[in-house]
Amino acid sequence: MIRLREVEKTFHAGTVNEVRALRRVSLEISDAAFVVVLGTNGSGKSTLLNALAGSFPLDAGTIELDGSDVTRWPEHRRARFIGRVFQNPFSGTAPAMSIAENFALAMRRGRRRGLGWALPRSLRRELAERVCSLKMGLEDRLDTAIGTLSGGQRQALTLLMATWLRPRLLLLDEHTAALDPKSADQVIRLTEEIVTRDRLTTLMVTHSMQQAVNLGERIVMMHRGAVVHDAAGPDKHRLRVDDLLARFEDIRRRELLDPTAAELLAAAYV
Amino acid sequence: MTLLLGALTLGLIMSLIALGVYVSFRIFGLADITVDGSLTFGAAVTAVLIVVHGVNPALATAAGFAAGVVAGCATGLLQTRFRIDPLLSGILVMTALYSVNLRVMGRSNIPFLGATTLATWSERLARRGLGAGDVALFGWSVNGQDLALLGLIAAIVALAAGALYWFFRTDIGTAMRASGDNAQMIRALGANVEAYRVVGLALSNGLVGLAGSLWAQYQSFADAQMGIGMIVWGLASVIIGQALTGAPSLGYAIVGTVLGSVLFRLLVAIALGFGLNPNDLKLITALFVFVALVLPSALARLPWDRQRWARRSEPAEVPT
Repeated sequence: MIRLREVEKTFHAGTVNEVRALRRVSLEISDAAFVVVLGTNGSGKSTLLNALAGSFPLDAGTIELDGSDVTRWPEHRRARFIGRVFQNPFSGTAPAMSIAENFALAMRRGRRRGLGWALPRSLRRELAERVCSLKMGLEDRLDTAIGTLSGGQRQALTLLMATWLRPRLLLLDEHTAALDPKSADQVIRLTEEIVTRDRLTTLMVTHSMQQAVNLGERIVMMHRGAVVHDAAGPDKHRLRVDDLLARFEDIRRRELLDPTAAELLAAAYV
Repeated sequence: MTLLLGALTLGLIMSLIALGVYVSFRIFGLADITVDGSLTFGAAVTAVLIVVHGVNPALATAAGFAAGVVAGCATGLLQTRFRIDPLLSGILVMTALYSVNLRVMGRSNIPFLGATTLATWSERLARRGLGAGDVALFGWSVNGQDLALLGLIAAIVALAAGALYWFFRTDIGTAMRASGDNAQMIRALGANVEAYRVVGLALSNGLVGLAGSLWAQYQSFADAQMGIGMIVWGLASVIIGQALTGAPSLGYAIVGTVLGSVLFRLLVAIALGFGLNPNDLKLITALFVFVALVLPSALARLPWDRQRWARRSEPAEVPT
């Protein structure tokens, strides 16, 4: 169970670039829920994920993970519970290191790292099996530097790394946005497979309406740092791409009406 | 032959500087100028312990390593705890160390004179094992004492390089390498990147302090000026080492760095033998590093290498 209470975050506070990225966001996510976060650019959806991961301190509010208050935990401490895949396929892997070494790092996510050998033989065997399941032919290239692989391959490996030790929360930040359609499709299928198999609590940010409709059991729409719509269960499954577009259109129209015009209208007609 | 032996010995001692610079420059991507101060710091601490306090030379050498570790920690903490620019952090600590070194030594130069050092130990060893005179080696007659010292230094360097390799293959060392390669990734995998930076710089400067300690014992004095320009020497060795082995793999890189330092020292010894003015040495080293840094991209811009040019002009990163 993940609980966000009144989470606030403003970047560059007090300057002309002030951005209120999260405005009193409260959210409860039950175990094994697959939540899709949808929103326009700058709506705060990535900020929401980063807040959960602990990339920056909050201005206000609390975050609870499985009953423990992690609000003040630094990012590396929260990593014990959280697996992440970033939008940029280059962000999730160490490019100069081999596939095997990257997995050795993922094997110890959030655990103590000591002076034990990072790549014992037993790990290599297990690794080859798992990487084989990707059907990308990478199992023979475990000693290749990961930086030489394509974005799609790296993203698939990152996903595998993030879920190797079952995370209590999986954060996917537009993890297919930078990929070509074929790789994106492959990574999405892999995501669905892993999330369903391991019953992972997942938060996936996307701005693909199609993905939002097809995946997950709950949809959270964000706009200007706030949750504007939240649909789960049957409501979510009834949503189609057109419905989502209509909702965004609604929001946009409401916004075109600037506050002074709204006041005039209110004075004239109410 | 004595000249060759000397160049080899000094090259091996300085390879410890190169290994230290390898850690800061290749693993963390920093040019850590603390090296210039920590080399002297290691030498100063060892010299004072041996000459003034009569401490066992092995212990004094270990203390030289520890001195470097302290210097590296200081730079690391400036960078992480106080968020000072890495280059500036190094400059600050290097500058501060200059005074610290003078304080430690009490004057700008401490000669070892008759004090017992690792060099005297190896001399004794040579006298017992090889006899007092010269030794025949591959047809050359070689001073046994020089040979014993070379052997001792080679053993220390082999030990340090082996330990470094082993460390960087452990869980903690692998994570440290990753923290220099992709900090965002390893943070998401639960590593405290800042702590790794401090430990890495401590290790790096520890090796440099050890080099300073051995160097002082080899040349029989410690001097407040001996560290100047050593970062550039280390960079040059790392670059030569990479050119020698080519492979980015850890083992090759470490061996290459040691070989690079030895080879560079040999070249310098030969050039000095042909009448190169020693005063020009640092200028030449700096020019060498400049050329080595600029050459790859300059070569890539030449028209005959169109394929490589085409690859370079592709967008390097996916827009976020």
